[in-house]
Amino acid sequence: MSVAHGEPTSFWRKYIFSTDHKVIGIQYLMTSLVMLLFGGVLAMLVRLQLGWPNHYLQETHWAHRIFVWMEKIQPVGFAGGIMDSGYYNMLFTMHGTIMIFFAIIPLLVGVFGNYLIPLKIGAGDMAFPKLNMYSYWLIPPAITVLCAGFFLQGGAAQAGWTSYPPLSKIGGPGQVCWLISILLVGTSSIMGAANYVTTVINLRAPGMGFFRLPLSVWALFITAVIILLATPVLAATSVLLLMDMTAGTSFFLPAGLIIDGVAQANSGGGQPLLWQHLFWFYSHPAVYIMILPAMGMVSEVLPVFARKPLFGYHSMVYAIMGIAVLGFLVWAHHMFASGMNPTLGTSFMVSTMVIAVPSAIKTFNWLGTLWRGSIRFTTPMLHAIAFVSMFVIGGLTGVFVASTPVDLYLHDTYFVVGHLHYVLFGGSLFGIFAGITFWYPKMFGRMMSETLGKLHFALTFLCFNGVMFPMFILGVAGMQRRIYSYMDYTHLAHLDGLNRMMSYSAYVLFAAQLLFIINFFWSMAKGRKAPENPWQANTLEWATSSPPPHGNFPKPLTVYHGPYEYSVPGRKDDWLPQHIRG
Amino acid sequence: MRQRISRVAALGVLGLLGAADAWALGGSGARIWLPETVTTTGPDIDRMFYVILWITGAAFILVQGTLLWFLVRYRHRPGQPAGYTHGNHIVEIVWTVIPALILIYLAISSQEVWARVRGTPPPAAFEVEVTGEQFAWNVRYAGVDGRLNTADDIVTINQMHLPVHETVLIHLKSKDVLHSFFVPQFRMKLDAVPGLTGRLWVEATKTGNFEIACAELCGLGHYRMRGFLVIDTPDAFQTWLQQALAEQLGT
Repeated sequence: MSVAHGEPTSFWRKYIFSTDHKVIGIQYLMTSLVMLLFGGVLAMLVRLQLGWPNHYLQETHWAHRIFVWMEKIQPVGFAGGIMDSGYYNMLFTMHGTIMIFFAIIPLLVGVFGNYLIPLKIGAGDMAFPKLNMYSYWLIPPAITVLCAGFFLQGGAAQAGWTSYPPLSKIGGPGQVCWLISILLVGTSSIMGAANYVTTVINLRAPGMGFFRLPLSVWALFITAVIILLATPVLAATSVLLLMDMTAGTSFFLPAGLIIDGVAQANSGGGQPLLWQHLFWFYSHPAVYIMILPAMGMVSEVLPVFARKPLFGYHSMVYAIMGIAVLGFLVWAHHMFASGMNPTLGTSFMVSTMVIAVPSAIKTFNWLGTLWRGSIRFTTPMLHAIAFVSMFVIGGLTGVFVASTPVDLYLHDTYFVVGHLHYVLFGGSLFGIFAGITFWYPKMFGRMMSETLGKLHFALTFLCFNGVMFPMFILGVAGMQRRIYSYMDYTHLAHLDGLNRMMSYSAYVLFAAQLLFIINFFWSMAKGRKAPENPWQANTLEWATSSPPPHGNFPKPLTVYHGPYEYSVPGRKDDWLPQHIRG
Repeated sequence: MRQRISRVAALGVLGLLGAADAWALGGSGARIWLPETVTTTGPDIDRMFYVILWITGAAFILVQGTLLWFLVRYRHRPGQPAGYTHGNHIVEIVWTVIPALILIYLAISSQEVWARVRGTPPPAAFEVEVTGEQFAWNVRYAGVDGRLNTADDIVTINQMHLPVHETVLIHLKSKDVLHSFFVPQFRMKLDAVPGLTGRLWVEATKTGNFEIACAELCGLGHYRMRGFLVIDTPDAFQTWLQQALAEQLGT
């Protein structure tokens, strides 16, 4: 459990196979930002098809020229200048998989878990630095295996990010790659989580009681517990499907399956719904893996820039715990229309309605934090406010799909796509942007440009709503998700105008991310040098240089207060760092 | 400056929504919203949808309004320090209990509708079997013997006829992968799961031509797995059925 390892001097040990949690955090950051961009490119291709369903295009249309040009890069997917429907299925499958497993989860858990936990609890490093290094180094092979699918016959996985059998079972080698990749990334997650839990329990600085932990640490700690309990289930179910695909077992295939006129030799005794139960037993808690850390970071950023203690610290902590426990009891709300027993639907509806309560509590406490604050609209603060505002939309639209009868209509329509993007983009990603812009000075020792940051925020916020809000309307109109063309259906044929508007928004949204990339790299070279504590914040990571040295703190720190002592009456400064006796 | 940014942002959102609305109407003049509903249970589901829309709509305006108001009212002004409070137990209880009560109410009223729609089906006047396969709907009607799954059944592909004002029980199956039987005007969908037989009942209230969509990803042709549904008057339905029977006997 010793963390007193000397600073390595060789380039390989220092920057590549490093055991320093800060280097690993930045490795995760770079890797998952590249994957975020790649996932974005896939989404842009999806929007190309949805905005201009191409077999309806005239040859003179500019979008047609793009399809023809794409044929040069992807001759199979765009044969004859028309996107193939299987290629379209592959695009949204890989978009979802990459965004969830290789962008959002590693950005939240990998980056901030690694970078922040030791710094914020006053530790020199993680409890198991080597395990931490292994956890990161499973990610590049996982990405390689996943993306290898693109170059195999039949392309990458095409069965949706949920990979429901029997469709996934009859997928090609791309689907096998998908399963192996998920196994690798899941193993990496479990290693990281074991490390976080141990670190938070054992390596807190003197005086850092559990109820003096910053909320981001609380959120990451509880998230790690969820990962430890849920991810093994995903791993197990992936192994079962892998066996069905490669070893002739039949865990998910019922008897007498006839696919494309061919009786399936090995089918019998299996149950497609089993996959859905096991998959969502992981993947619903995974939704909270993808939102709790963002909630934690936002709970950190709001008090700093409102110069006010966090409202209701204890209820915020209990709400996180409540979400974590209830998160394990709601999985089958993804299955109201799956053919499972409708009585089961009732119990899962009730647990789902109940889990909305802790989310509401958190929202009201964020508002309470802003109340009577002295709000500074910095870039991280704007992202954090957008998080609160967008998460509210994500949460409220969740009530529609939690109601069993309403979900019977809205399930598997664009309403669900809108709902999940308001939670995962409007929530998680704005939280991530808040986190990156807030801790960038600590990570890289330079300040980011506020002008570029605000411009990036404004465009992202506007265009995000421009592309995601209409999804609710499409869903209400009955547009199913995952369809390559909606133009053949009479109840959908009038949706092309709205879809085009969404595609335009998506393109501006994508282009706006260029501002973030420029800001990120330009500031690294040319940004103003960051002082130790540029935001005048209380938590321990600001009590060391930017960036912190190997081992984090020159002298061990002692903690005297909670993390949110801002504007304490009778003090000259409006902040009171945790390690200063006040 | 900061205020101006947020004001421009708010205006932008409204502008975008307005543009979206205008654009949505531009194409065909049809408003993009719930399609008409043609079953006895559809209006119950719609009522539940609107109840939730009103409640969440009110919560949305309340929360976003408060947020905006706080952002303007409590923006940083020199010489005005922030307040100092760690919270308040009474407000915590209030904002825990009120959402809990509303959500319990929604759960109970949803359950009423759910029990009716997906509970034990009422006695069926007519039964039909629908089997999904990549990428078509096979619809099976009982032949002269009046029983399903016998040699004289009538099977149509992607053509479904149902009588109006009669309780119809649909047995839902799949040959290969998951599909989902979705008729937007019925306000319901149910997955067709290989190895299981799903049961779905409807009573149509209106005649007309509708479409059956597949709502569960089922492969390359998922987007074109489209069936046609005709809801006929009982007489017209019987005529169609007899004709189909005669055709079958003729061949």
